[in-house]
Amino acid sequence: MKKYVQIENVQMSFETRQGAFVALKDIDLKIDPGEFITLIGHSGCGKSTLLNLIAGLLMPTDGVMLCADREIAGPGPDRGVVFQNHSLLPWLTCFENVHLAVERVFGKTEDKAKLAQRVNEALELVHLTHAAQKYPHEISGGMKQRVGIARALSMQPKVLLMDEPFGALDALTRAHLQDELMKIVAATKSTVVMVTHDVDEAVLLSDRIVMMTNGPAATIGEILSVDLPKPRNRLALANDAHYHRLRGAVLEFLYQKQAKKAA
Amino acid sequence: MIRIRKHLAEHWVPPAIGIALFLFLWSMLAQGSETLPGPAKTWDSAVVLFSDPFYQKTPNDQGIGWNILNSLGRVGIGFGLAALIGIPLGFMIGRFGFLDKMTSPIVSMLRPVSPLAWLPIGLLVFQAANPAAIWVIFISSIWPMIINTAMGVRQLPQDYLNVARVLNLSEWKVFTKILFPATLPYMLTGIRLAIGTAWLVIVAAEMLTGGVGIGFWVWDEWNNLNVEHIIIAIFVVGIIGLLLELLLIQIAKRFSY
Repeated sequence: MKKYVQIENVQMSFETRQGAFVALKDIDLKIDPGEFITLIGHSGCGKSTLLNLIAGLLMPTDGVMLCADREIAGPGPDRGVVFQNHSLLPWLTCFENVHLAVERVFGKTEDKAKLAQRVNEALELVHLTHAAQKYPHEISGGMKQRVGIARALSMQPKVLLMDEPFGALDALTRAHLQDELMKIVAATKSTVVMVTHDVDEAVLLSDRIVMMTNGPAATIGEILSVDLPKPRNRLALANDAHYHRLRGAVLEFLYQKQAKKAA
Repeated sequence: MIRIRKHLAEHWVPPAIGIALFLFLWSMLAQGSETLPGPAKTWDSAVVLFSDPFYQKTPNDQGIGWNILNSLGRVGIGFGLAALIGIPLGFMIGRFGFLDKMTSPIVSMLRPVSPLAWLPIGLLVFQAANPAAIWVIFISSIWPMIINTAMGVRQLPQDYLNVARVLNLSEWKVFTKILFPATLPYMLTGIRLAIGTAWLVIVAAEMLTGGVGIGFWVWDEWNNLNVEHIIIAIFVVGIIGLLLELLLIQIAKRFSY
């Protein structure tokens, strides 16, 4: 089986006034098509840095990164990114925000009607057809994040990268969006890499949970396979012993093996 | 009914008291002085003046309307040229750090200079009063436009630039869809400050250069010892300045997100 995303021996250091700061080292990770991966770890462990490396927003100081057998040399439409704070452009409607992405990827090969159809399909996928002509400040935080997901998916990326996409939302909205995301991913068979600090979210959504050690020079500590059958239901899982074992394993890693000293 | 009364009490009564007090103090002062006309005398003079605002007797004796329009025209041209040069320059300074560092000492040094100090240079270069006055307006309004536009570009949130990068947008799209709309509110602040300064400066510039214009008119009426007209001119300048400011605030509101 071909690996979709391959990360080999990647190291990332930043130049600071005190010299080079090694954020990540010895990162090795291979992601299969259709896999849902979450990156979890304490703040400052470089999980967002790793995501930005895959996105191409940062360049590794060492190592090899491939996406679908092509070297990652910068951001590209084959990797759709959903940002933590939605990052919609406030002066464009939801439709126009998504259109900006669609136009860039398909504008050269498809006519206007087809582009508009793609935008509408993307908005329909996140159930926001009714808000297409609204501006971001006119819709709720959860809806904004859904537009962000629609924008990323509209480019038909090989991989969907999500940086704590639900971190800024309240618990109920977050749960609702997690359920929606599971449906969307099942329908589109997307490959997803998601950064989170929420243990329940990680266990609920992932095929594998990549647990990172504390920085500096953070690396992958353990990888936990979540072999719960899909589709998953949060209510059913609440009483599932295996779910709790997996959850316990992540908690043990975070609070025992990688316990963070009080900040 | 009660709500209307409350609205009246909160929004209209205090300014009305302020204006009444101002008029009262003014008439008190005028009564004790032989030369300063009071509000009533000034009002009568204004009624006469504005009953025929567009007469043209001689080049130096024209209606108040012509004077205002001429001043506004100079401000418009000088300000427009400043926008044409200042805004693109501000964009480049904001976008390219090298250019920023390169121009920063010059901008910082020239900005605090009174615009009127540039008048002799204008007279020297253009050999005529009118272009020299426009030149002074140009110089006084270009700094706020450069500085505010550059600041807007610099304060562009990293998030938007990341969006541009992950969507792989072309430079043109980055400019039209992200950079320009994000900078627009800052640009409008610059424009508002610039037009305020320009309108302040035009009166002084015209006093020095002559010709038809509200500033020269003030100076002319001083020579005629027509104090009522000088006071009227002060009100006219103030009210037009206020209207320009309000207009730009309305435009800016339209573009705030």
